[in-house]
Amino acid sequence: MSDRPDPPAHYREPLLQTPFHARARALSQVDQFTPWSGYTTVDVFTTVEQEYFAIRNAAALYDLTPMSKYRIGGPDAVDFLDRLLTRRASGLAPGRLAYCLWCDDDGHLVDDGTLFRLDETEYRLCAASRQLDWLAASAIGFDVQIDEVTAQIAALALQGPTSCSVLKAAGLVGIEHLKPFQLGRYDCGWPLIVSRSGFTGDLGYELWMEPDHALGVWDRLHEVGRSRGLRAIGSKALNVARIEAGFIAPNIDFIPASHALRANRARSPLELGLERFVDFDKGHFTGRRALLAERERGPRRRLVGLDVGGNKPAHDALLYAERAGRREVGAVTSAVWSPTCKRNIALAMVNWPHCTEGSALWADIYLNRELVWERRMTAARVVDRVFFSPERRRRTPAVDA
Amino acid sequence: MSLRASSNAVDCLVIGAGHNGLVCAAVLARAGRSVLVLEAGQTIGGASVTREFAPGFRVSAGAHLLHSMPATLRHELRLEQHGLIAAATRMPTTALLEHAPPLAVEAWACGVESEARAAFDARMRRVARALAPIIERRPPRIGSGGMRDVLEWLRSALRLRLLGRRDLRELLRVGGMNVYDLLEEQFESVALQGALALDAVLGSNFGPRSPGTVFTLLYRMAGQELALAEGTELPRGGMGAVCAALAAAATAAGAAVRTGAPVARIVIDADRASGVELADGERIAARTVISSADPKTTLLRLVGPRHLDAGFVRRVDRLRGRGLAAKLHLALDRAPAFTGLEPGRLGSRLLIAPSMAYVERAFDHSKYGEFAPEPVMEITVPSAVDPTLAPQGRHVLSAVVQYAPYELKGGWSDGRAGAIERLLGMLERHAPGLRDSVVGAELLAPPDIEREFRIDGGHWHHAELAFDQFHLLRPVPGASGHRLDIPGLYLCGAGCHPGGGVIGLAGRNAARCLLEHGE
Amino acid sequence: MSRARAVDALVVGAGHNGLVAACYLARAGLSTTVVERNPYVGGAAVSRSLYPQFTYSNCSYVCSLLRPEIMRTLELPRHGLQVIPYEGGCTMMRDGGHLALYDNHDALYREIARHSKHDAEAYERYSRDMIRQCKFIKPLLLREPPDPTSFKPRDLMELLYLARRFHGLGERGMCDTLRFWTMSAADFLDEYFESEIVKAHLAGSSIIGTALGPRSPGTAYVLLHHYMGDIDDTVGAWGFARGGMGSISNALAASLQESGGEVRTGAGVERILVRGGRAVGVRLQNGEEIAARLVLSNMDLKRTFLESIDLEWLPEEFVSRVRNFKIRGSSGKLNIALDGLPSFPAIPAGAPCIRGDMHVTDTIEMMERAYDDWKAGRWSRAPYIDMLIPSQIDPTMAPHGKHYMSVFVQYCPYELADGPWNDERRRAFGDTVIETIGRQSPDFKKLILHAEIRTPWDIEREVGLTEGNIFQGELTMDQLLFNRPIPGYAQYRTPIRGLYLCGSSTHPGGGVMGAPGANAARAVLRDLGRRMAA
Repeated sequence: MSDRPDPPAHYREPLLQTPFHARARALSQVDQFTPWSGYTTVDVFTTVEQEYFAIRNAAALYDLTPMSKYRIGGPDAVDFLDRLLTRRASGLAPGRLAYCLWCDDDGHLVDDGTLFRLDETEYRLCAASRQLDWLAASAIGFDVQIDEVTAQIAALALQGPTSCSVLKAAGLVGIEHLKPFQLGRYDCGWPLIVSRSGFTGDLGYELWMEPDHALGVWDRLHEVGRSRGLRAIGSKALNVARIEAGFIAPNIDFIPASHALRANRARSPLELGLERFVDFDKGHFTGRRALLAERERGPRRRLVGLDVGGNKPAHDALLYAERAGRREVGAVTSAVWSPTCKRNIALAMVNWPHCTEGSALWADIYLNRELVWERRMTAARVVDRVFFSPERRRRTPAVDA
Repeated sequence: MSLRASSNAVDCLVIGAGHNGLVCAAVLARAGRSVLVLEAGQTIGGASVTREFAPGFRVSAGAHLLHSMPATLRHELRLEQHGLIAAATRMPTTALLEHAPPLAVEAWACGVESEARAAFDARMRRVARALAPIIERRPPRIGSGGMRDVLEWLRSALRLRLLGRRDLRELLRVGGMNVYDLLEEQFESVALQGALALDAVLGSNFGPRSPGTVFTLLYRMAGQELALAEGTELPRGGMGAVCAALAAAATAAGAAVRTGAPVARIVIDADRASGVELADGERIAARTVISSADPKTTLLRLVGPRHLDAGFVRRVDRLRGRGLAAKLHLALDRAPAFTGLEPGRLGSRLLIAPSMAYVERAFDHSKYGEFAPEPVMEITVPSAVDPTLAPQGRHVLSAVVQYAPYELKGGWSDGRAGAIERLLGMLERHAPGLRDSVVGAELLAPPDIEREFRIDGGHWHHAELAFDQFHLLRPVPGASGHRLDIPGLYLCGAGCHPGGGVIGLAGRNAARCLLEHGE
Repeated sequence: MSRARAVDALVVGAGHNGLVAACYLARAGLSTTVVERNPYVGGAAVSRSLYPQFTYSNCSYVCSLLRPEIMRTLELPRHGLQVIPYEGGCTMMRDGGHLALYDNHDALYREIARHSKHDAEAYERYSRDMIRQCKFIKPLLLREPPDPTSFKPRDLMELLYLARRFHGLGERGMCDTLRFWTMSAADFLDEYFESEIVKAHLAGSSIIGTALGPRSPGTAYVLLHHYMGDIDDTVGAWGFARGGMGSISNALAASLQESGGEVRTGAGVERILVRGGRAVGVRLQNGEEIAARLVLSNMDLKRTFLESIDLEWLPEEFVSRVRNFKIRGSSGKLNIALDGLPSFPAIPAGAPCIRGDMHVTDTIEMMERAYDDWKAGRWSRAPYIDMLIPSQIDPTMAPHGKHYMSVFVQYCPYELADGPWNDERRRAFGDTVIETIGRQSPDFKKLILHAEIRTPWDIEREVGLTEGNIFQGELTMDQLLFNRPIPGYAQYRTPIRGLYLCGSSTHPGGGVMGAPGANAARAVLRDLGRRMAA
């Protein structure tokens, strides 16, 4: 099962390094790293702002290797996936990928991720955190082969308006014709898979390769990308972009059901506003009956977008129905000042019925101003949580900026 | 007698013609439902069956005694009218001892410490009587149930409170205890302790020192309380007679029973059970499907994980149901002569469990996949009271052999002969000359039981009877009330509360549950 | 009575629970005296100097369960108690391999994944479920268990509290909790793990101090002990008391004295005096009588009632229940002075896990077989051992460069099948343990300067624990919660007015937790119409 023999002394270096680590370390100016699924990853290379604008203005390169990746094959692979995921896996054509969710028996979200259909029989599931325990439970009774391939596949996300032209310049012929959620295969003497996907809500691609070729790809992209504004980015900048896109992050916007110490803290896709990814008509999947009952009962709360007054991000703010702050109706999960939208935006879990679009709420924001705390009761409005979704994200052929 | 077209779907399709399936079918048919029972084997009966094992010799191949079938159930289905006749009732129990004469251990005439024995029995029976309704009734839901469930809980609580402070405290104390410590407290005679401990561990996966064995003893006694005065019984014609009577009751009420019809899968349409598909591809439509097969077979094989949630499947998959009891059948050309046994007691339950330490040692071996050199046995010689089972003058010996591990080190195909040899050696020590009288022998180890009775794991309770697999946890949380999350699908086998042992309650409760839900 | 003035409360036994109870009573303004048979305080939480310059925690050896509420209220840190977390733990395997448990989450994942990737992930689910159970249990420790047979408002309220907390777990949670409390450790671990070594390492905490094996139902919940540690808000942290376990007792004694209480060591109680069904004081072994309005016994149930009180004052049924109280000893202990740090080739050089608990039992079957030996009345031929070298972390335990090793041994019977304990058998038992360790450490035997070998029989003789049971009574379902120690007497009160139990024989049981002492003090004060300091 194990990818490579581990030295029996991990206490000295508990974290692994991704194949891009040497380059990332060299580029890091502020020495801010963070652990992600057992790997050392970069939080910030230079400044969050510079890196953020690379995403929205030019091209940003982000190391995705720590994503947990599973190869799923075997005669029952499709059945297995159809029972695991809330969407129809059998509807996914070879050469495409899809955003998908999986729930526990109670209909609570275990995690979200992307499913790649590599060919007729082979799938790959990618998730932000390790899923083997749940996949193994879900595999009982299915003739399915699940292999963790996290360390065998190095991955980079290339995102931003110039990302297509960077790839073209790097020699990926016809990349502009790749449609969103489509896979492209390139033979560079070794197989390179490019998917048009990402976590920024912008035009962007993800590149999947064998670790041996990782540095070559990195160097080549930097080489051709230099003139196109390419920049390596860390998780902090990516986080700003994903909030603008209205994407949810585990342990920030929801607690994965498999980790919830308090069972009632886990959340369902309906509560997270992801019902469009739940297909009740496709046959049984884990959590279906619980979700049907929940739909019947009506939602208790919902993850919504918030347009907050002022320019101070509403980090961790409690939300109230009235300014006096007596009736608590929810809390902010993610908040940021959106440099592109020029709005103070947030994602928040809000109780029914205050979660309906247009509801007026009050966010209780605490500001630390030179060690003096100030409390600002700020007006906020429930809005659609996709704050930023440019046309270039969808257009095929992709336009060079 | 079969229904072929899906247009005329039966109301209720019962999988398995074991006693629980037949009870369920009978109750449903009497309530006016159209019922079809499908049995994979060529004969009905499941593990409550009489069959030939040597030319001219017939034996109850699975369960061999009837001790816990509730009187109310027998009355409700009029089993006596349908042909259930006892060859013996209130069977006494005799402990066979190697260096001492056999010891009568029945509570009403115990050979040693008779006063303490009677007092112990009376106290345990009081507690068992209070537990009996809990055994008898369907476990209410917890947490997600309605008012009805809450009332049921309160009722159970009240019933226990009515035991009185002394007995309730005793129940709360001994309930979680091991039978070893309890019997050490109560008795001096190691022979008596051993015999009583055997009743606590028979059919379980425990030794006398395992916590929870007082509970398994109380469970057995509660079943006996429900069975009322008859005590332990030998039906005339063996245990097959029980199912024959049940089948007669069911068919008299209009149910159809079809044998040789193995179900390959339960058909789920639009998240609802809509019938079954047989091994030969034939489909039979039904409004409801009730399975008396064990939970793993029903859920993992017949329904299949793709219709169930993953967490639930993991629980079912982890269900412990490896049998630890084997059956020994001997055909004898003359009556066995147990040393010192009065001829009149040959028809009693004969126990080889001379001390608790002996039983515990036998159990210890089984933990490591070994068959104990000195096995524990519950022996009956049914032919002593029922001449229909063996040719004139000849006899049948049927024994439950406790602590035969499912996964024997080295495997049963190699180990079987040795095990039989060991058992014959043990019997020879108690009945010299017995070995020479053997004209036919059969040992059903748990894998044989698995095969013959189609019980995954070969456990006679379908799923081990332990606290964590009992009542609302049985067979697994989320499936304890017979009714499954898939509409129209019910469980009625021994894997449900209250478990196996030819009680029939799982079948009756499942039928009642179905009727209550208007299906 | 030789002394004219009666004390308000007299506590028999200066074990940690006796001291905790005394502290709370003294703080509530009662004149309080603790009498102790041994010339030192602490009972089983002691630091003894049995070899020059070495300090042994010669009975209990880890500090994890001591309730933080008690530490804070009794100001134990100010009185010298310092608890230092230890670093992980490990099991050495017979084939030369090992499994280490590191504090660092990522290191731990990689380490378990070395044995099984599946188990490395399942471990997270396991931790989650254990923490869920902890969250349910912890608040119950410092509460008086209700009598489920009583109709008193207090009992009904407490039952209602329990029912509501339980109900709050939700349907699945309730079922999981019921299963957890009734399963065997082996079955429970099977629900998570596939690797034998992972199961064996974790199962260890389920058998410590019990007369059960890992396959006995009811042992799963004992696994919680490893998760109940509460050091500086870290769930599951275990630690050393700096200066040995005696520093807990010393801090308690200091706290008591500051509150005006008195401790008299070398004052063994010969009899608890009862007049007219009421406890009135004690008579010491030297004949001195001390009058007291209330007596709290920190002795175990059997010693309190069968050896220290005239049976005429007790209901017959109560006495028979006391006689039937299960308190079989199953553990031994070796305390070893070492001339240097032994090497363990199975452990990578420099790994921090040797600064935690080390084990050598690599399968559950080994543990179960060790238990079978105990059932047969002999010490385990391949015992489960829990060894620690606290001197690596706490410099006060041994001279520089030398080390103190605490070796807890499971199983060792109180009575041997082949005759009474004597020096020869004790030595043979010690040799079994030393050989077991020696197989994992080639230089271990050469480094031994001194070894104290303690069987249950020795523990009874020295500490006074009946049959040497370290928990003052087995922690089985029939002796827990409202059944502890005896149904109907689970609320620290006894059939004798003015006599209370405050030792580990009462809820929530053994381990250096202090909860029984605190709960007993609360019961006393409630009977006096007072409230306890929080």
